[in-house]
Amino acid sequence: MKRRDFIQQTAATSAFITLGGLGLSSIATAAQQKKITILHTNDVHSHIDPFGPDDGKNPNQGGIARRASLIDDIRQDNPNTLLLDAGDIFQGTPYFNYYGGELEFKLMSKLKYDAATIGNHDFDNGIDGLFAQLPHAEFQFLSANYDFSNTILDGSVKPYKVFIKDGIKIGVFGIGIQLEGLVLKNLYKETEYLNPVEISQDMSRILKEDEGCDLIICLSHLGYNYSNSEKIGDLKLAENSTNIDLIIGGHTHTFLPKPTVVKNKVGNNMLVNQVGCYGINLGKIDFYFDKDNNKSANGTSIIV
Amino acid sequence: MRFQYVLILLFTLIFWGCKDDSWHLKKIEGKQININEKLDTKKEIDEFIKPYREHVNAELDSVLSYSVDTYSKKDGKLNTAIGNLFADVIYEQSNPVFKSRTGNDIDMVLVNHGGIRSIISKGDITIRTAYEIMPFENSIVVVGLKGERINELINYLTQAKRAHPISGLKLTVDEAFNVIDATIKGEPIDVNKIYYVATNDYLYNGGDHMTFFQPNEGLEVLNYKIRNALLDYFTKTDTIKPVIDNRFIQITP
Repeated sequence: MKRRDFIQQTAATSAFITLGGLGLSSIATAAQQKKITILHTNDVHSHIDPFGPDDGKNPNQGGIARRASLIDDIRQDNPNTLLLDAGDIFQGTPYFNYYGGELEFKLMSKLKYDAATIGNHDFDNGIDGLFAQLPHAEFQFLSANYDFSNTILDGSVKPYKVFIKDGIKIGVFGIGIQLEGLVLKNLYKETEYLNPVEISQDMSRILKEDEGCDLIICLSHLGYNYSNSEKIGDLKLAENSTNIDLIIGGHTHTFLPKPTVVKNKVGNNMLVNQVGCYGINLGKIDFYFDKDNNKSANGTSIIV
Repeated sequence: MRFQYVLILLFTLIFWGCKDDSWHLKKIEGKQININEKLDTKKEIDEFIKPYREHVNAELDSVLSYSVDTYSKKDGKLNTAIGNLFADVIYEQSNPVFKSRTGNDIDMVLVNHGGIRSIISKGDITIRTAYEIMPFENSIVVVGLKGERINELINYLTQAKRAHPISGLKLTVDEAFNVIDATIKGEPIDVNKIYYVATNDYLYNGGDHMTFFQPNEGLEVLNYKIRNALLDYFTKTDTIKPVIDNRFIQITP
């Protein structure tokens, strides 16, 4: 079987060459394609059970056991899937008040989340409260612009993580919102907030150049956009970025009709997405890769 | 010779071609999927939640007290029964804590009308009731304020014209909301005296445009959540029967 694959591939290659033009640079088979699926949530706020039928705003919406079955189906369809969360996992139902986030983390581990970033409400039981629940989380917390050096979280949170799915290197890094004025100082303690634009530039350079990532994702809890304000949101971060392919946002509980296409610093299109809150929606972004070397000539098509 | 060069060139090209065989992003498709009752519930997950759910519900439904009527923050103009209860509970529950730490008494309480998130229904008061009224994690803080800052606080109240819950402070205004009478614990306000005002950490930090808490003459963080104060009060109180009174009223001719 292996041999036949090889022959077919060789045949395809030579056929391509005889068509002329592209020649030797197309030595890799043109027919090959890889698909990476990114699933994401944000601001779930301890909403484990679905809203009831009588809820005034979101009747019959959400529910983590339903999300689990949907994710199972998607993973069955494409095993090369990452599941990410953009923060504010905590606070919003008595599950959090009673169990301090234990149930949220255990369930996210059962759903096989790969990574999450930290939202402002994840400090609601203090940085110690977050640290105490970390043993229940079998996924990585990522934050590049919170410096936890002088806190209990030092060493527990990574700036970024590289995942390899079907040979594709996916770099994911986390970005958090300014805590001063939003979270009480005695909760976040000595956590230092660093400039999100500068840190994102550093991260994407490291992930692109040093780690050789094919896909770069920013998990952000900055908020979607602050018009008429200097405050940094995902749209501004996107415009000032160079190598980020997708920003998964949170904080502002923004329901978008579809992901937003943004032109980055060097004029390339990339995506910003956020899926509201409370586990009402699951974001799904599919990335298709091929071996055509003329990337700059052909570009990337975005369908939203 | 020339043929050899061509071969080297050819190999170099092939080598480069093969070397640069990284994967390129060709297409992105993005969408979101609504989670609703049309999706299957994954049984294993639901079973895992079940004991937690049952425990929380059993706790939340445990009865602490009894309410003789239904109270809403919409019933009343400048003070409401539920708001008065809210502020009085904060005073009653925090004053012993504050006094044991500082030796001083709390002089007054101010929280915000928007902070009462639900009604209290006639009948049993459960733990759930406290979570509904106060779902947030805000804690009680006591701020030292000079009398002159108290006058700013009063200006805020007369301009807001809302039933922000107060306790200890008594305020009478005329038709045009000019202050006719303002007292704290029955005494007129002394601009030079320091008053100890209990509020929550959200308002202390300028929430609801309450800018008069800063700068101040000292802050005591009680580490006592408002919800816990309500829970403690309901636990020790058999029957709840708050009323609208004269703590903030308007006198019209």
